[in-house]
Amino acid sequence: MLTKYKSLWLSILVIALGLLAIDLISGIRPDIIFKSIVISAFGSIYGLSETLTKSIPLMLCGLGLSLAFRSSVWNIGAEGQLLMGAIGATWVVLYIMPNAPGPILIPVMFLVGAIFGGIWALIPAILKVKFNLNEIIVSLMMNYIAIELVNYLVYGPWKSPYEWGFPYSTKFPLSAQLPRISNTRIHYPTLIIAVILAVVFYIILNRSKFGYEIRVVGDNMEAARYAGLDISRVILLVLILSGGLAGLAGVGEVAGIHYRLRVASGISPGYGYTAVIVAWLGRLNPLLIIIVSFLFGGLLVGGDAIQVSLGLPGATINFINGLILIFLLVQSFSRGRASLTRKRRSEV
Amino acid sequence: MGRILLMKGITKRFGNIVANDRVDFELNRGEIHGLLGENGAGKTTLMNILYGIYTPDEGDIYINGTRVNIRSPYDAIRFGISMVHQNFKLVQSHTVAENVALGLKDTGFFYPTRSVERKIEEFSKRYGFKIDPNTPVWQLSAGEKQRVEIIKAFCRDAKIFILDEPTTMLTPIEIKELFNLLKLLREEGVSVVLITHKLDEVMDVCDRVTILRGGKRVDTVDTGKVDKEDLARMMFGQDINLRPRTQFVSSFEKDVVLEVRDLTVLNDKGLPAVKDVSFDIHRGEIFGIAGVSGNGQRELIEAITGLRKVARGSIRILGEDVTNMKVKEILNRRVAHIPEERMRLGIVPSMSLEDNVILRNYDKSPFSNGLLLDYNVISDYARDLIAEYRISAQDSKVPAGTLSGGNIQKLILARELSISPVLIIASHPTQGLDVRSSQQIHNLLVKKKEEGCAILLVSEDLQELLDLSDRIAVMFNGSIRGIKDIEEVSIDEIGSLMVGV
Amino acid sequence: MNIIVDILKATIPAGTPLLLGALGEIYVERSGILNLGVEGMMIMGAVSAFGVTAITNNVWLGILISSIVGGGMAFIHAFNSITLKANQTLSGLSLTMLGLGLSGLIGKRYIGMPLPVKLYNLPLGALKDIPIIGPVLFDQDPIVYMSYILAFVFWFLLFNSRFGIELRSVGESPDVADSAGINVSKIQYLAVIIGGMMAGLGGAYLSVAYAPAWIEGMTAGMGWIVLAITIFSLWRPERAIIGSYLFGGIRVLQYRLQPFGISPSLLNMLPFIFTILVLMIASREISRKKISAPSSLGVPYFREKIL
Repeated sequence: MLTKYKSLWLSILVIALGLLAIDLISGIRPDIIFKSIVISAFGSIYGLSETLTKSIPLMLCGLGLSLAFRSSVWNIGAEGQLLMGAIGATWVVLYIMPNAPGPILIPVMFLVGAIFGGIWALIPAILKVKFNLNEIIVSLMMNYIAIELVNYLVYGPWKSPYEWGFPYSTKFPLSAQLPRISNTRIHYPTLIIAVILAVVFYIILNRSKFGYEIRVVGDNMEAARYAGLDISRVILLVLILSGGLAGLAGVGEVAGIHYRLRVASGISPGYGYTAVIVAWLGRLNPLLIIIVSFLFGGLLVGGDAIQVSLGLPGATINFINGLILIFLLVQSFSRGRASLTRKRRSEV
Repeated sequence: MGRILLMKGITKRFGNIVANDRVDFELNRGEIHGLLGENGAGKTTLMNILYGIYTPDEGDIYINGTRVNIRSPYDAIRFGISMVHQNFKLVQSHTVAENVALGLKDTGFFYPTRSVERKIEEFSKRYGFKIDPNTPVWQLSAGEKQRVEIIKAFCRDAKIFILDEPTTMLTPIEIKELFNLLKLLREEGVSVVLITHKLDEVMDVCDRVTILRGGKRVDTVDTGKVDKEDLARMMFGQDINLRPRTQFVSSFEKDVVLEVRDLTVLNDKGLPAVKDVSFDIHRGEIFGIAGVSGNGQRELIEAITGLRKVARGSIRILGEDVTNMKVKEILNRRVAHIPEERMRLGIVPSMSLEDNVILRNYDKSPFSNGLLLDYNVISDYARDLIAEYRISAQDSKVPAGTLSGGNIQKLILARELSISPVLIIASHPTQGLDVRSSQQIHNLLVKKKEEGCAILLVSEDLQELLDLSDRIAVMFNGSIRGIKDIEEVSIDEIGSLMVGV
Repeated sequence: MNIIVDILKATIPAGTPLLLGALGEIYVERSGILNLGVEGMMIMGAVSAFGVTAITNNVWLGILISSIVGGGMAFIHAFNSITLKANQTLSGLSLTMLGLGLSGLIGKRYIGMPLPVKLYNLPLGALKDIPIIGPVLFDQDPIVYMSYILAFVFWFLLFNSRFGIELRSVGESPDVADSAGINVSKIQYLAVIIGGMMAGLGGAYLSVAYAPAWIEGMTAGMGWIVLAITIFSLWRPERAIIGSYLFGGIRVLQYRLQPFGISPSLLNMLPFIFTILVLMIASREISRKKISAPSSLGVPYFREKIL
């Protein structure tokens, strides 16, 4: 039947076909596109800084998701959790303590953003533990509720009176604007948080009690049950954590880049979904996520650039992401880790 | 009447377990043929091969004299073979008619249930009972569900019916109705293979019976020419002997460690699997429970270890009521659990030996302090255990799943026994292991017993039970029968109790 | 009164792409497979239909090709999920990304281009004159009428045909189906491909009849609403009809209600909230096996049990 050897060839074929498709349809050779992406993302200081900027939310979301994936909990709600974090930050900054000084405001903003993201993830968590509902479906639905919520706020109650009717919240006061590195857009507090958390998560996963529980539950849930581990607790915590981290990413975007709340598509061009790929790649090692986020951040930057330089549509990057994901899926079969889905008791 | 089926030289291996060892089996037309043996004797495996769920490593199958290749249930059905499984293969939310129609080829594409409904009514009339084709299956009783399974087979013009432990879920009346039905089918030339471990049933309804033991065929006899004691002896073998015991502990003098009273536990389907069971286990005693799997042993163990809720009754450990406590709470009271399926339930195969060895007490010092695990301590601990229990592994960091079966079991024992347990629950501890590993495991258990541990040993291996137990009981149909001191018991007696005599 | 009729009449085309997609996805999930690639398949259907129509001036050819494209993408998902037994979530998401990207690339030349051939409404004679229902249901374009027929066919086949029984059994108890001699993989492949074809069809409707135009990303998340409807309907085609027109109607109402200060975003949330609520309410009945539902969505089926 399908041998590991054959599937390796298959995964290469997938890439080849994809590149061929790009060539034929856009009329531009794939290697030119590739070069353009690499140069724009990594070939200049500006490019590198933008890449780093875009990698921040990927890192945060990816870290959180990797913890969930490692315990076989499939949280694909990072997009919504990120947006809720953005909402939380905006709420604190504009409506709760607009006059607070920076050193107080910023930490509170991050905290509240994380809490909002965590609560958003708590809902699919509770539904999974109590009602046995499939977390993939619930977390997915919650994404769209969050997107609409953000849009409702910026078109409605939170629409700024100073922006000529455009769907923006009032701009954040200076005290809430995260500092950047010289004249780049790198909001380094968030970056620092991300890197620290990557190290922390590495330690947690490999050396802490909780990380041990995550690994056991993810690798053999039945044995975990027999050994008396509290599986529900692991599921709840892992989802809250991943939601909280995505929330932090959302805070970073509104307080570090836009300095306001805007329509959902303006805050996140699908970071939550790209983070799924990042998390899957890095699920065994949180430190790997830093590198992978950087690479995918570069892809995003390159994707923007080729719109201008080569006239390619913005969706091109989606195609590349999808191609990479399929390649990885097919290829993982050849390495013997074909099925990442665990045997679950009957779920709805 | 003529022979309809011949299975010759069937061999099937799972890893290094030989489930069927050059087994021959034949079936005549219009015959009810019993397939008798303990679990692990290979009866279900043999029939799963006939039904295409497994493929044999060696051997051939002949139907009506022609050699056939059965690679899936689809093939088996095509050859007129139908299997009624122990766990009914029915879609609960669908109606009887929909279940019967599933997979039938000649129903027509549209409204397939219409022709099936007619057949169901015809069947009901012919064999004298009522089943409403439009009832959803989840509403039916166990006996009715089984009848649906038989109707399914009937509608496929099956000439060979395989029934796997059909009476497990039935009331005595339903059993009688089933047997009448089987006899009627026999009159019409249908052949039935009845997989069972209940001697009464064999004598009641079977014309011939084939006995399997340890994967091999022992004999095939006419039921008219033997009695139940003969059958029991064939099932369990003449070569079981009572070895001299190293130390016999008189149970009257020691404290009670585990006290089970009037315990009733329900199985996954909501029916009582453990019925009003009571027994005590004392310090320094090995209490063996013999019996064929599926008579409630699993549910009993799950209840004692906190994995399953208790419906009625109580469980006390060292005087404390632990009924319905959580697993962790019970394990913390120094209860060791060696589960039946070591790969699936006992270890995390992808994780290292170190990680596996602390599965029970990773959250206690010295393995962890505060939030972190101390891998230095853990590594040393793992290394010590590997040496003490003579587990052969390259080092403590290899994945546990790469070890051999015997070493995995020793790993589990190492983990469980090193918490200085007061009570050990050992379920089929040497299943599938070679002689040397089994011996090592036995020695470990006896050593613990001598140190004062109470041990509950559940096993289908009668020799093992006789070797190790101080007292022995038999579990049959959810009840405990015949608790006896080991010196007062005979193999025949145990064997008979195990099969319901 | 006229306003109501107008709204209802607009609801039907708004709900049609959703209905087409949901009918297909119901079959997919009924076989036990989770397809998160619906959005990608729909948009590829949209761009294919537009492109083929623009080139050949034949709308029906465009529609046909769109469903083939959707089916082709679904084949990839089926291969990943059934043969490779890989993670279905990731497979579906990758196809959505692929579809969104590829459609953007292909569609670039069609942005702003008017469609040479349009599908006009086809009022059905006397039927159209029935008060209220007439103009609402029977003064629509041909694809809408196709969707009525397809809805009936999908419902009928699911509950009254041999294929339907096999499909439902495969999703609910694959081991039972396997034991009855049914080829579980074959049924799953078939279901997934049908789902893809319907998604492609739904997308085609958007670009060739509803808009008609090609806009990058024009499905705007409809694929996710299709998923919501699939679950909201608890995998029953007749309920999908209600769900599709309900959620389509919300879309239509969005614009009408805006002057009254009702935020369209709040309305847009409703399909997803409803879906979660329905799941919660139904979970009990489903786990007691009383409601017909796929048992473990997203889990691959393995036959031989290892001792």
